Amino acid sequence: MNHPVVSVKVYAAVFAALLALTITTVAVSKLELGEFNFIAAMTIAVIKGTLVVMFFMDVRRATSMTKLFVGAGLFWLAILLVFLLSDYLSRGWRPALHWL
Amino acid sequence: MADSETIVAPHPRELQHHFDDSAQQLESSTLGMWVFLVTEVMFFGGMFGGYTVYRDLYPAAFASTSHFMNVTIGAINTGVLICSSFTMVLAVRSAQLGQKKAIIAFLVLTLLLGCVFLTLKGVEYHEKWVEHHIPGPGFQYADARYAHQAQILFFLYFAMTGMHAIHMIVGVGLLTVLIVMAGRNRFSGAWYTPVEMIGLYWHFVDIIWIFLFPLLYLIGHTQ
Repeated sequence: MNHPVVSVKVYAAVFAALLALTITTVAVSKLELGEFNFIAAMTIAVIKGTLVVMFFMDVRRATSMTKLFVGAGLFWLAILLVFLLSDYLSRGWRPALHWL
Repeated sequence: MADSETIVAPHPRELQHHFDDSAQQLESSTLGMWVFLVTEVMFFGGMFGGYTVYRDLYPAAFASTSHFMNVTIGAINTGVLICSSFTMVLAVRSAQLGQKKAIIAFLVLTLLLGCVFLTLKGVEYHEKWVEHHIPGPGFQYADARYAHQAQILFFLYFAMTGMHAIHMIVGVGLLTVLIVMAGRNRFSGAWYTPVEMIGLYWHFVDIIWIFLFPLLYLIGHTQ
């Protein structure tokens, strides 16, 4: 009621992009790319998630307040993951100093 | 005695009197729904964090479990959920246009696609049952070196896909309620908030799967 109705073409284009990205991520996973397999899979997942949030959940046209809440949610998720993993992933990188 | 008169401005049926206008009413609902979805993000975030830690601790055991994941069913289910998000967004669009028959048709399609997803998930769980890959006393693993560590990863698999499946079941229930409401002509072009809010929930559940699929089925696939 606040916004003009989005045309079916836009939704169909996003839908086609999501299906194409799903096929891409399965195809890329069959290649031997070492660590790049993980990076590629996560990059594609983030792109797909962003498309759903922006177009299907209509955050691109939401109020600033809603955008702030969505952003705060992602920021807190980042705090959780960054602090958790900065501990676990850095263990054993170098021997502990003798005075610690 | 003008002071004692209570002035109640007339308002349309779909607009609750404590809101200024429909836009403010919809904004409040949208914001509230997003606050709920943020709590859901944090809830699943903890499981994704735990998964990442164990994947880092036991990379070899993890790689060995990836051979037992059914990538074909996982990929088909990803497609099914994306289709259901597309039909959901079309249901919301029909609601905005006040097309009652189209709302019901798209909601029923979304519901059916949700059921297809859950059925395929059930087929996958049955495979795990037959192969003794369900964590617990009956757990068996071909590679004895990784029997214990693989069990942790299968536990994470069931915890994450299980919580996702429970959200899908809740979503199927909510869609049923929406279909009944639409059948009773409860929605109009001026008020269709439940369709839009449950749409947000359905898309959120889709996003969780978009991240679960590569993490559980695709990573370590080639090793």
